[in-house]
Amino acid sequence: MSDLAKTPEPTKGPADRTDRTAPGDAVDAEQSAAPAAAAAPVDPRLLVREQGFAGYWTEFVRKVRGGELGSLPVVIGLIVIGLVFQLQNDKFLSASSLANIAVFTSGVGIMSVGIVFVLLLGEIDLSVGSVAGVGAAVWAVLSVNHGWGDWLSVFVAIASGLVIGVLHGFFFAKIGVPAFVVTLAGFLGWSGLQIWMMGKEGSINTPTGSVVEDLTTHFFADKAAAYGLALVAVLAYAGSQLWDSRRRKEAELPSRPLSEVLLRTGVLAVLAFVVAYFLNEPKGARGLPLALVLFLAVLVIADFVARRTTFGRQVFAVGGNAEAARRAGINVDRVRITVFAISGMLAAFGGLFIASLSGGATKSLGSGNTLMIVIAAAVIGGTSLFGGRGKIWSAMLGMLVIQSIQQGLNLEGMASEIQYMITGAVLLAAVVIDSVSRRTQKSAGRA
Amino acid sequence: MIHVSATPVLALRGVSKRFGAVQALTDVDLEIHTGEVVALVGDNGAGKSTLVKTISGVHPIDDGAIEWEGTKVDIGRPHDAQNLGVATVYQDLALCDNLDVVANLFLGSELRSASVLDEIRMEKRARELLDTLSIRIPSVRIPVAALSGGQRQVVAIARALVGDPKVVILDEPTAALGVEQTAQVLDLVERLRERGHGVILISHNMADVQAVADRVAVLRLGRNNGVFDVAQTSPEEVIAAITGATDNAVTRRRARTATALKEDAK
Repeated sequence: MSDLAKTPEPTKGPADRTDRTAPGDAVDAEQSAAPAAAAAPVDPRLLVREQGFAGYWTEFVRKVRGGELGSLPVVIGLIVIGLVFQLQNDKFLSASSLANIAVFTSGVGIMSVGIVFVLLLGEIDLSVGSVAGVGAAVWAVLSVNHGWGDWLSVFVAIASGLVIGVLHGFFFAKIGVPAFVVTLAGFLGWSGLQIWMMGKEGSINTPTGSVVEDLTTHFFADKAAAYGLALVAVLAYAGSQLWDSRRRKEAELPSRPLSEVLLRTGVLAVLAFVVAYFLNEPKGARGLPLALVLFLAVLVIADFVARRTTFGRQVFAVGGNAEAARRAGINVDRVRITVFAISGMLAAFGGLFIASLSGGATKSLGSGNTLMIVIAAAVIGGTSLFGGRGKIWSAMLGMLVIQSIQQGLNLEGMASEIQYMITGAVLLAAVVIDSVSRRTQKSAGRA
Repeated sequence: MIHVSATPVLALRGVSKRFGAVQALTDVDLEIHTGEVVALVGDNGAGKSTLVKTISGVHPIDDGAIEWEGTKVDIGRPHDAQNLGVATVYQDLALCDNLDVVANLFLGSELRSASVLDEIRMEKRARELLDTLSIRIPSVRIPVAALSGGQRQVVAIARALVGDPKVVILDEPTAALGVEQTAQVLDLVERLRERGHGVILISHNMADVQAVADRVAVLRLGRNNGVFDVAQTSPEEVIAAITGATDNAVTRRRARTATALKEDAK
């Protein structure tokens, strides 16, 4: 049971899965007690959500029956993966192994966040691997060969990813070339540019002590860092929930009951502090990795943009029904170009992580299966390939699944070809779940 | 019939529209007052949709004038029409299925506080708006995909009202609906009139038109073919105007005998 509690620890993001923990017997007890929130005459067809756990549970069951699985399959998947590998090899949940998973997840995970935006539009970006390579090459050539400042070359590398993304977006939105073709051309073209830039050397090693080296090698050894971050995350989450609850009550809208807020916060707190504990305490633990901090920062910012800003709303609208969005006065072209710019920028940023992990920029950085892993992570995490449905956090969940499998198979000493086959099967399973749940949603009148 | 203001809020004077070789509209006149439902009827290809699109700014007019509250205006783009206060509910509704009802209602005009979406204010206003229209939907926070056809139609109409327009154009709002849903939408049209909106209702269904409209404007082959006061007109007269039933077997025979008599006289 302790394994089960530990496994999903890095999923401290979306606490909306807490509903699984609603105890069954409490449901019956509260269902009878739950006051029908109907003072005014209510249409019998209305869905009135009961207060408390009972309402939570019934709504959850209704959603799952209707095919709105959300992140449920991937969370279950993570628990199963954790259990299986821990039973095979008790090093799987050790400090160094988990730190490895965290560090390896970060770079490709950041690229995956960009892909989630593109998938929300209902499009695809096949160029992220090459753009990551170009980003790393730009940084290496500027910083090592031309002696530019560390920060400046990092900044220019990320900006070059942004410019590449704007270019893709321009051809897609303004000229009307399918995104698939534009980014396929980009995939070839930018990897050509990367090889040309790396031309003379073939590879440029990361200078010691540089910013890029620190990206994945720096750990905050002070124990206060990990615990402090966990505490800040929990407090911020609880604060925003309570604030939201209070404002909704003032506006006389249905709000989350205090018990639910406490439950969600409690689950988040357990996850956050268990992760912090494993990064800090066991033998060989090195503290909080900088890479994880950056990844979480990107996730939080991207999630805020997607769910809380006009731009994010416009992305969902264009992904759901572009014509409706256009008639609502949304500048569809601008949204599309911006999304591809975000994707390119995050791809270049992720490229720097990969360079940091592999010790330098090379001709082949970002080639191979990087692209596939990045797209697979977004899809495994539960973002629909059909546009308009998905969550930013799915980038992290999906990438955790992939990296956990790789880490586990590495510990088993399994060859990389087996890893590819297993990751492929997981991806297929994820897309099957997406398609089947869409069909269920259609038959339940929800798609 | 409800009291009607003297100056029409929207008036078309001799509007013409031509697409290449096709004369879609010829010298069409139409007046809408506040608190009035004008049904726009006509056969397929009579020019109803074209007329609506000229008002909503999709197709600028070639000839004639559009007057807004007595002054001549140019409507060159959809934006111009929206700024004047014309809201159009298209036949395909143009809702985003993946977004919830609140998000759809405020799509393109989201309420914000410091560039962050103010979900609570939007939800509150959405509930108020739906309540004043007596619209019943399961929840304002479920995706539009989960709503029935009639519910989607009323959400689309409610969305048109978010900007508080003076004139609302409904393009065949009941075409795809069942009996009960149609009744709901017709109730809603009456409520729009009570709230003082001018409504242009395009419909093929004479029963609907008889039920809610104050006046019926008939288009035939891109021209006005009469404006009828619903209270004093039978459906047959309106249908005769739509189909041009003056041009039927009986009238043709009469016309032929008339010409034959004339020739005989010669």
